Amino acid sequence: MNQKPPIVEIRSLYKSYRRGSQVIPVLNDISLDIKEGEFLALMGPSGSGKTTLLNLIAGIDKADSGTVKVGGVDITSLSETELAHWRALHVGFIFQFYNLIPVLTAFENVELPLLLTGLSKRKRQEHVRVALQVVNLTDRMDHYPGQLSGGQQQRVAIARAIVTDPTILVADEPTGDLDRISANDVLGLMERLVHELGKTIILVTHDPRAAKKAHIIMQLDKGVLNAHNQTDL
Amino acid sequence: MKIPLLYSLRNLWTRRLTTVLTASGMALVVFVFAAVLMLAEGLQKTLTETGSHDNVVVIRKAAGSEVQSGVDRLQASIVEMQPEISIGADGKRLVAKELVVLIALPKRGTDKPSNVVIRGIEEQSMILRPQVKLIEGRMPKPGSSEIIAGSSIAKRFQGGGFGETLRFAMREWTVVGIFDAGNTSFNSEIWGDVIQFMQAFRRPAYSSMIFKIRDTTEFEKVKPRIENNPRLTLEAMREPEYYRKQSEMMAKFLRILGLTLTIIFSLGAIIGAMITMYSAVANRVFEIGTMRALGFQRRSILTAFLIESLFLGFVGGGIGLLLASFLQLYTVSTLNFQTFSELAFSFTLTLNIIYQAMAFSLVMGFVGGILPSIMAARMKIVDALRES
Amino acid sequence: MHIIKLIYKNAFRHKLRTSLTILGVAIAILAFGLLRTVISTWYLGVETASASRLVTRNAVSLVFPLPLAYKEKIRQIDGVKGISYGTWFGGIYIDEKHFFANYAVEPKTYLAMFPEIILSPDQKAAVFRDRKGAVAGRKLAERYGWKLGDIITLKGTIFPGNWDFVLRGIYKGRDENVDETAFIFHWEYLNETLKKAGRSWSDQVGWYMIEITHPDLAADVSVRIDKTFKNSLAETLTETEKAFTLSFISMTEAIVIAIQLVSFVIIFIILAVVANTMAMTARERIGEYAILKTLGFGGFHVSGLIFGESIFITMLGASLGILLTFPAAKIFSKELSTYFPVFNIERETIIMDIVASFFVGFVAALFPTWTAVKIRIADGLRRIG
Repeated sequence: MNQKPPIVEIRSLYKSYRRGSQVIPVLNDISLDIKEGEFLALMGPSGSGKTTLLNLIAGIDKADSGTVKVGGVDITSLSETELAHWRALHVGFIFQFYNLIPVLTAFENVELPLLLTGLSKRKRQEHVRVALQVVNLTDRMDHYPGQLSGGQQQRVAIARAIVTDPTILVADEPTGDLDRISANDVLGLMERLVHELGKTIILVTHDPRAAKKAHIIMQLDKGVLNAHNQTDL
Repeated sequence: MKIPLLYSLRNLWTRRLTTVLTASGMALVVFVFAAVLMLAEGLQKTLTETGSHDNVVVIRKAAGSEVQSGVDRLQASIVEMQPEISIGADGKRLVAKELVVLIALPKRGTDKPSNVVIRGIEEQSMILRPQVKLIEGRMPKPGSSEIIAGSSIAKRFQGGGFGETLRFAMREWTVVGIFDAGNTSFNSEIWGDVIQFMQAFRRPAYSSMIFKIRDTTEFEKVKPRIENNPRLTLEAMREPEYYRKQSEMMAKFLRILGLTLTIIFSLGAIIGAMITMYSAVANRVFEIGTMRALGFQRRSILTAFLIESLFLGFVGGGIGLLLASFLQLYTVSTLNFQTFSELAFSFTLTLNIIYQAMAFSLVMGFVGGILPSIMAARMKIVDALRES
Repeated sequence: MHIIKLIYKNAFRHKLRTSLTILGVAIAILAFGLLRTVISTWYLGVETASASRLVTRNAVSLVFPLPLAYKEKIRQIDGVKGISYGTWFGGIYIDEKHFFANYAVEPKTYLAMFPEIILSPDQKAAVFRDRKGAVAGRKLAERYGWKLGDIITLKGTIFPGNWDFVLRGIYKGRDENVDETAFIFHWEYLNETLKKAGRSWSDQVGWYMIEITHPDLAADVSVRIDKTFKNSLAETLTETEKAFTLSFISMTEAIVIAIQLVSFVIIFIILAVVANTMAMTARERIGEYAILKTLGFGGFHVSGLIFGESIFITMLGASLGILLTFPAAKIFSKELSTYFPVFNIERETIIMDIVASFFVGFVAALFPTWTAVKIRIADGLRRIG
């Protein structure tokens, strides 16, 4: 439909792990295109490699062979330092256990990625406020993670993920540690990010409810990708 | 440094008990370190202030100190004739022949004896030593059994106070005056008429001579003349130099002992810091992974943890120095191995010592923290995030 | 026993942390042991002083001599078995840095009175024969590589000039506490040379060494000797060898006290380190302690685990430290034999090492145990995960 190139282009990706003397293959010749503004869910049994694939797309792991291009940049050819720099500007992370820094306030946690840009203090604070407004948490911005509920912490994490206006958002079991109500809140938020802000989200999940919110569901089984139930919204 | 300083500091505050314990260990080490340096400094200060640059001390060659030295009357008269000796306000030559003897006197409150310097002086001796001031009483009358005591003697030794009597060399001597000699070793001496002392101790010769030169450059003339004279077998040196040599052995002993101790102790404190930092890293593996995922570079992680460790050292150093500064209230009195006489000196804190102590504590923080920080920086992101 | 196994496994859960703590304790105990040995060395002269020997010196001060003529008078006093005499020489070998005790004595009587100095009969004979002969301790001879027959020159400070001696004997100490770094030579040689030079100090001695028939007579004989010379030109002061040595030590007391204080400082430093380790360990395991409590284990068991682990770690460290103390002392004794002629580890020091490490292990566990015992099970369980 779009003439624009896919925002994520993966070609012939291979990844295996070494456990002692054994070599365990995890990803087997994966190729995949993800378009901008897409909400993709990756599902599959434990050990199927979905988190590994996510990590490779996000640039926090290196493949054995194959290429990953995000926003036109071939990240498989970047050095460690360049990769870190790239991540700061182009990837937003949402983890299962929120992964907030406990000694920083909600505000400071959201501000953290911005410290890697060259923005002035005032500009940073603007961006943080906007991000917190999107997730509806401006009234708690001076609280520490320990003082927030699970759902609130995850919302802070999402604010942190979008504050740099990254190219893609990756989420690894974001609702895994939440109760039903908070999980719904978070998923609703993610939907809004896609529909109102045009974000691209790649979600790894066990939860079929979460998967239902996505546009596309892909199954990963024994390192091989199956496009399954391409449901369009 | 991209990761805010706040991160490191707040983490230290969150684990308060650990921070306090680790910093305390370092504080104790810095305390010992500073104390030793302050002691050596106090010792050298006491001994080098004892001496005016333009005063020349003459003792027998290779004698080492006045106590072991002997200058007989003939030699003394030759020295007195040197032209470089300046003339005092009263028209007399500023030169004095002195006798130095050690006796054991009991201390106040303990009865334990300690060696005390008895110095027989002449009229010019007092003038030659401007640091020495009579603060109570008067000078002894020549030909009498009167003596004056240094303020340290008056305080510490039985019978050394104003108006009291001391007994030695089979005679009773009355203390008719007390003198204060500032920080110098003269404070631990008893002075009296040299002729009286020579009789009482049955000494036919003097111990040393002291004179003031007219012009400071003339030292280069008079020194070789005295030392090369075959009839004299004497050596001459500037007064501060003479006293500096006296303290060398002691100062060196203190420094070596102190430094050895401090190095060993610092190993203990460094291990403490390492344990703390390794635990800090282990507990924050998740955070480290997160920050790396967000895009922070390895060296930012390393720096953040290193700063925590350095800060521990800094706090420890500060506390240690603070405690050490209270030592300045104490005076130490002990036997100087070289001169075999009692020496009283105090702990002296100088800016230099403060720098050294703080630098030392920062080094401890660095050494303790570097390995854990490197470990934190080298973590693979995926491994760190997998930890749960 | 189960609990010991549990303690052992717990201690090594964090291999790095436990190893570092053990290392820290080992270093601290090593330092503590060495410092204590320095102090005991300081007092060694007092310990090894014989109860049957007295020292007579000039009452005014040690720097004043006594006439040789006193010898006969002292010998005739009741209770005196033997008498020798000597004078401190204080010569310099090469330069001031090379310090060792050197003094002139009357060799026949002196060696007879000091059975702890062991010299072979032919070496003894050689010394007695050669007026310029000298005897050096084994450690001293080793330090400078001296052999019998070598000429050793000392620069006099009290008695100026260059003095040559011929090494005729090398003595061994009867046991390990005897100073083997002394250098002694003929008093006659000193006296003759001084007389020839026309010096005022002749036929005078620095001190007399007196052997009495029975240690109980010490006080009596001392008083009698001093009474004999009261109101004469040189009054005497006689005391037991022990008292004489003590008087020197008391003059440097300040330093000894300082070293004692410092040895306790190291214990406190390591206490901070171990307490830190135990605090962190206990904090991390609070959840487990809560679980144990739910299973029915009481506060007593939980404290047993924590104290047990703490003391286990410190004892391991102490053992390592004590083991290392022996080779370290050997090195110390060799390198610093100028300052410490004897450097032997006493049994008391080892005992103090053990007590100190037990103390550290115990105190370090106090606060963590208190928190672990006090915590309510519900709070503890919440802390897991």
